[in-house]
Amino acid sequence: MSPSRNALSGPLPDVAADAGYAAPPERVGFFTDTSVCIGCKACEVACKEWNLVPEDGLQLTGMSYDNSVALGADTWRHVAFIEQSSPVDGDLRWLMSSDVCKHCTHAACLDVCPTGSLIRTEFGTVVVQEDICNGCGYCVPACPYGVIDQRPGDGRVFKCTLCYDRLGAGMEPACAKACPTESIQFGPLEELRERAAERVQVLHEGGVEQARLYGHDPDDGVGGDGAFFLLLDEPEVYGLPPDPVVTTRDLPDMWRRAAGAALALALGATVSFLGRRP
Amino acid sequence: MVPEAEFRSYYGRPVLKGPVWKTPDVPVYLFVGGLAGSSAVVAELAAWTRRPALERASRVAAAGGALVGVTALVHDLGRPERFLNMLRVFKLTSPLSVGSWILAPFSGLAVAAALSALTGTLPRLGRAAGVGAAALGPAMATYTAVLFADTAVPAWHEAYPELPYVFAASAAAAGGAVGLIAVPLRESGPVRRLAVGGGAAELVMERVMERRLGFVGEPYREGRGGRLLGAARLLTAAGVFGGLVTGRSRAGSAATGAALLAGSLLTRFGVFEAGRASARDPKYTVVPQRARLTPH
Repeated sequence: MSPSRNALSGPLPDVAADAGYAAPPERVGFFTDTSVCIGCKACEVACKEWNLVPEDGLQLTGMSYDNSVALGADTWRHVAFIEQSSPVDGDLRWLMSSDVCKHCTHAACLDVCPTGSLIRTEFGTVVVQEDICNGCGYCVPACPYGVIDQRPGDGRVFKCTLCYDRLGAGMEPACAKACPTESIQFGPLEELRERAAERVQVLHEGGVEQARLYGHDPDDGVGGDGAFFLLLDEPEVYGLPPDPVVTTRDLPDMWRRAAGAALALALGATVSFLGRRP
Repeated sequence: MVPEAEFRSYYGRPVLKGPVWKTPDVPVYLFVGGLAGSSAVVAELAAWTRRPALERASRVAAAGGALVGVTALVHDLGRPERFLNMLRVFKLTSPLSVGSWILAPFSGLAVAAALSALTGTLPRLGRAAGVGAAALGPAMATYTAVLFADTAVPAWHEAYPELPYVFAASAAAAGGAVGLIAVPLRESGPVRRLAVGGGAAELVMERVMERRLGFVGEPYREGRGGRLLGAARLLTAAGVFGGLVTGRSRAGSAATGAALLAGSLLTRFGVFEAGRASARDPKYTVVPQRARLTPH
């Protein structure tokens, strides 16, 4: 199979076919509409229970009602709580958002994985094969969103699988199933993108001008996210990078630079041996 | 222009997960990988130009560096017993996969060449192994820069144009330094030139890199990474100076070599720590990305 034109970055209409699946099902994902999130954390609990994710600390952080802090090896859904004075009337407002692995079109974790443990599934999602992972940890700093992490005491890396096992059985992921307000919506990505565009329009018409989509655009630095969001403030307020780029976009250039440096080293050494002996 | 460090974040928490690689495992691996790679090249050049003491010393350094490197890398894994999974696939998009396929044959060839040189057995096969190791050596010394650069870590990723040259120069200095320490003056002329040239290039390239990086390069100048790189610069500069003036002194040459080796080692520790610091502080992630989105 010849590599596609946008193998490392840019829009990719059929990500599963690009990964080699002959007749893949529709690409699926999450649309997390944070404007209706009530911060109940049912998603966090459902995810932990269904996926048997171990307990990872029961501390009180003082970060509003957020005590799970960030996504990690043992937190695959993370509800962020932001307390703000509203720019309109000065009242306190709460922003709540359930974060999750973005299942990028161009997934840096998958690109850099040296063992082939991280794979693209037929649904277009990104999954770690735990029986292959040798805990090299390369995916961890490669992720532009800081999602995937190594589990202490285990050594391997873990992250959201978009409930691969449930998808195979025709069910929706546990977090979406448990969400009482449909803040977390699961479905075919194309459909979710249309639904999200409509929702933003409704919010704008209703005077919520700060509403914006994040990760929906196939022209962004990761070719669009499989899990995207409707936010009510800048992404960095939620702990999300404002303009993430898949690091492998620059990889051909990096290899060229390294080849140049290797050549310089070989030449430098050779030149050092030229000339007369003392 | 350095962007203003005004930015918003989620309770000051990092956006990225920093490298989970262990220290000293990974910085030491970078150092010995560079040392082994350039030593393999030196060994072959020494063999061609009939410098037997230099050839032997460099073959031993190449093999020793490779063995220490493999050990450090396996020890760094979360599941060391699965180290062979590194050779399960070959992926050009994974510098660690490409690196494993460089390191594995390099180590085998470098060890075979050293064993043959030390014991005198199978000299032709040993020499062929040495040629193979020398061919892979420069890649061994520079791919680790791509390993670091191909991450979301701002101080590493943004440094990708210069980092391979910093590592190549650092490797040249280390490979030359081994010869300065191990062989008599009558054979050490070429490695003196290599060590001085490598050390000088390391100082220049690192400076060029830091300058161009501006704001994102801050962790190379400040904090633990900055202190380590400062110490590395002092040692490397001392080594370059020593290399120029100790041409007639065996002890002086050895001290020069030691300074350059220490400088090369600390450069890798400094780059490693700078990367960790740049991932830990959300400003290095948010500020440049925000600047990219803001029309000028």
